[in-house]
Amino acid sequence: MAKYLLLKHYRGAPAAVNDVPMDQWTPEEISAHVQYMNDFAARLEKTGEFVDGQALAPEGAWVRYDGEGRPPVTDGPFAETKDLIAGWMVIDVDTYERAVELAGELSAAPGKGGKPIHEWLEVRPFLTAAPTVADCHAGG
Amino acid sequence: MDEALLRSLTPGVLGILVRRGADFAAAEDAVQDALVEAVRVWPADPPRDPKGWLVTVAWRRFLDATRADAARRRREDLVDEEPEPGPVSSVDDTLRLYFLCAHPSLTPSSAVALTLRAVGGLTTRQIARAYLVPEATMAQRISRAKRTVSGVRLDRPGDVATVLRVLYLVFNEGYSGDVDLAAEAIRLTRQLAAVIDHPEVAGLLALMLLHHARRATRTAPDGSLVPLAEQDRGRWDTGAIAEGVGILQTALARDRLGEFQAQAAIAALHADAPTAGETDWVQIVEWYDELARLTDNPVVRLNRAVAVGEADGPRAGLAALAELDDSLPRHTAVAAYLHERDGDLATAARLYAEAARKAPSLTERDHLTRQAARLNTRPSR
Repeated sequence: MAKYLLLKHYRGAPAAVNDVPMDQWTPEEISAHVQYMNDFAARLEKTGEFVDGQALAPEGAWVRYDGEGRPPVTDGPFAETKDLIAGWMVIDVDTYERAVELAGELSAAPGKGGKPIHEWLEVRPFLTAAPTVADCHAGG
Repeated sequence: MDEALLRSLTPGVLGILVRRGADFAAAEDAVQDALVEAVRVWPADPPRDPKGWLVTVAWRRFLDATRADAARRRREDLVDEEPEPGPVSSVDDTLRLYFLCAHPSLTPSSAVALTLRAVGGLTTRQIARAYLVPEATMAQRISRAKRTVSGVRLDRPGDVATVLRVLYLVFNEGYSGDVDLAAEAIRLTRQLAAVIDHPEVAGLLALMLLHHARRATRTAPDGSLVPLAEQDRGRWDTGAIAEGVGILQTALARDRLGEFQAQAAIAALHADAPTAGETDWVQIVEWYDELARLTDNPVVRLNRAVAVGEADGPRAGLAALAELDDSLPRHTAVAAYLHERDGDLATAARLYAEAARKAPSLTERDHLTRQAARLNTRPSR
């Protein structure tokens, strides 16, 4: 009963084994990849572990507050941004081991030549709600 | 209409359907339908016999669903017989249902979801919201859980410890949506205590009541965490404390100690102290020793180190802590606290910040960050 974010990067993750950019795949290979992702999400819904999955456009902008009465400042996109998130899946599982197992399966999505991409996915635990029984007297 | 009262009838009604020969999964769906119907109809037209009404409606729903089913021939034979409720009491029905929904073949999250629906009578949507997952996901989790236990025979007593673990999880973990999970856990544990005479069931109920009594004071209006020592004891729920202590004393008198009774005893000692300074830490350490004998849970020894620090001084607490694996959750937070008590504020500040980075929950992280900030920004002398 813990939620994990499986994070997929455009850039910033270590290089995948089958590291060929998607625009150099065949259309069929792209379809097979998309199908794999959809099937994966559908299977997780059936096991009662799926929470959310979203993909992000690679280009975005930086925005910040610029003081009272002034419009926010925007900047970018910066081509040199090192860490670029491509999308995520949120899962709700019983153990960390299960989260790792599922991330491993997701990383096996087929790429060039129909072979698994072996891409690195980042697994991040959600901060939970505070437990009711928390007699951690030290500060808690 | 008292929805908790309506939901308290759930296990009994489900038990009757199963005893009449309905399979568990179909019967559970039918009872859910009947509950929804009751919420719709009862306010304007309350039945004289609520349980009888639910049984009739649920049984009709079950028959309708079964007739529409491919396996209708076989089931219609069954329906023709329509056996009367046998000599089995509804007490046994209820108890069996708890055991089934907490069956060891289920994962903890499945057992929790199934218990809340089949025993608690909550809807799938309510359970999904309480655990922040989509309703479709929760529906699948529950129907898988039902399939998992569908082959389990209901005629053998289970292990009450598995049921208690599930109820403890409901009490301790989860978000608060429109369902108050802690209150629901207390209701289900109270209902269990009414059908089984077991000191650990009583121990868990006492533990829940004693913690629940402090709930209003555990967080500040802004949502931040208030440590036990700083809680406004005048706002603790004295009724819940008295009830918890009474239940615990009766259980302890039977001399069959278990881990929930020991935990409740510790909670009772805290509840008993008029001020934090008057807490009987020596007795609390003794209870932690007892608890460590009953369970090899390292978290118990971590909490014991804190209690030792209060009873015998921070140095003694740090010595007890040194014997434990420092990768334990909250180990760093305990170390920070004991170092602060020992007057080593620089170390304490560093450890609070480190503990904040490792904190498993948002409120704990913010609390520990504040502790570090408090020490880092203290006026220099």
